[in-house]
Amino acid sequence: MDFIVQGFFQSIRLIASMDEETLNIVLTTLRLTGLSMLFILGIGLPLGFALGYFDFPGKHFFRTVADTLLALPTVVVGLLVYAFISRRGPLGDFELLFTIRGMAIGQVILGLPIVISYTATAIEGLDNRLRLTLQTLGASGAKLAVTSLWEGRFQILVAALTSYGRIIGEVGSAMMLGGNIKWHTRTITTAITLETGKGDFALGIALGIVLLAISFALNISLSFIRRRVGSS
Amino acid sequence: MKSNKRALLFITILAVCMLALSPFAYAKPPVLRMATTTSTDNTGLLDYMAPILLKDTGIEIQWVSVGTGKALEYGRNGDVDIVLTHDPAAEDKFMADGAGVNRRKVMYNDFVLIGPANDPAGIKGKPIGQAMATIAAKGQPLVSRADKSGTHAAELKLLKEAGVKDFDKASWYVQTGQGMLNTINIADERKGYALADRGTFIKYDANLKGKPGLVIVVEGDQQLLNMYTVMAVNPIKHPHAKYDLAIKYIDWITSSKVQKDIANFKLEGKQLFFPNAEIRAGH
Repeated sequence: MDFIVQGFFQSIRLIASMDEETLNIVLTTLRLTGLSMLFILGIGLPLGFALGYFDFPGKHFFRTVADTLLALPTVVVGLLVYAFISRRGPLGDFELLFTIRGMAIGQVILGLPIVISYTATAIEGLDNRLRLTLQTLGASGAKLAVTSLWEGRFQILVAALTSYGRIIGEVGSAMMLGGNIKWHTRTITTAITLETGKGDFALGIALGIVLLAISFALNISLSFIRRRVGSS
Repeated sequence: MKSNKRALLFITILAVCMLALSPFAYAKPPVLRMATTTSTDNTGLLDYMAPILLKDTGIEIQWVSVGTGKALEYGRNGDVDIVLTHDPAAEDKFMADGAGVNRRKVMYNDFVLIGPANDPAGIKGKPIGQAMATIAAKGQPLVSRADKSGTHAAELKLLKEAGVKDFDKASWYVQTGQGMLNTINIADERKGYALADRGTFIKYDANLKGKPGLVIVVEGDQQLLNMYTVMAVNPIKHPHAKYDLAIKYIDWITSSKVQKDIANFKLEGKQLFFPNAEIRAGH
């Protein structure tokens, strides 16, 4: 029980002293999740829009698939991607294994279904008159899509934050694809796994608190933006 | 519409920041990739050796530490350039299959059988074979890593030599599937026995900070020696593998100077690894 209290105090010491290893772990985590979110949003928003906006045969099937992928276990994703990016795999020559880029592939697979599913819901939930109004105003194609996405922005923000929460907290994929290499691919979650495996539970708790602090800071700054941008 | 533009600007800045933080354009210096075992890494030996390697040869080494089984799998797949493991049977197969070349002995440490201080099986000081057989006969918990690690392989070999059969589903055989320290912790919880490498046991013992825990019950037998060897990934099978760096590393780690460095590595003031490379003339 005392390791939880110890861990709490250790987390304050870690953040205050910002020792080199901890700093590297935090930066690696931010770089990885930043890269992943870029692709998750870049691919997920258009696909989510398309899934929500258009009617096509198999639409319900795709929707069900996207929702089912929300339950993908992280280590399974890690294994599947490993099969592709290992030297023996088809993408072996790209040297993605044990790099942040390789880890990002796994995280994109984990985060994409969340953004696609939630965005589709947001678009479907929009007032139908919006589409007609936009069309009478002369909007079409990309402009229509962007404006519709903008209208559903709060749900989409929730989708992005949920997706971010999933990828920053996952360990199965990051461990398999990154290898937890010190100074290079060690993220907060893989470091926690290592330290608890070595028996240093207090450090595990401390790093966990650091992760929550990052998430908290992100959420606070985004809710700030929400309030400023909300009224338009 | 103004707040729309501001939001768009913010999002663009955010995207640029995420992109800037992400490692897109990266000139990579040549790096040697090694797969090794959790027992080498967790003792801190590799962290101690890496800067020495950099100073002596200019080679930067990165390593993944996993169970021996997985380490050798990475070697077979060419995901790494070199492997440092401690499972002679699996290494023999690795070499026989042509997956590795230039196998050299590096060092050894030993395994110890640990158990509760009150020794419910009554095996303290007995020869290891007899001790294992007694644990099985008395149904005392034996907590195993059961993860195809070098330690696991050694344990299976000892059980076989002790004549213990059909233990996979036995209620006293606890298969954790985890690393050494986790397994020791579980053995502690269950008041059972475990085969551990001395290094991880020293770390566990130090972590106890005086609180009671498991102790060594059997040690020193010949069969408890734990041999570490290094093998380069076969460059014919994997032409992209950094074979030249791997050979430099192997030469370096088997040189008399570095072998002394290995002997000087201490954990909690105790020597852990005993160098045993066959020194070639002129090294």
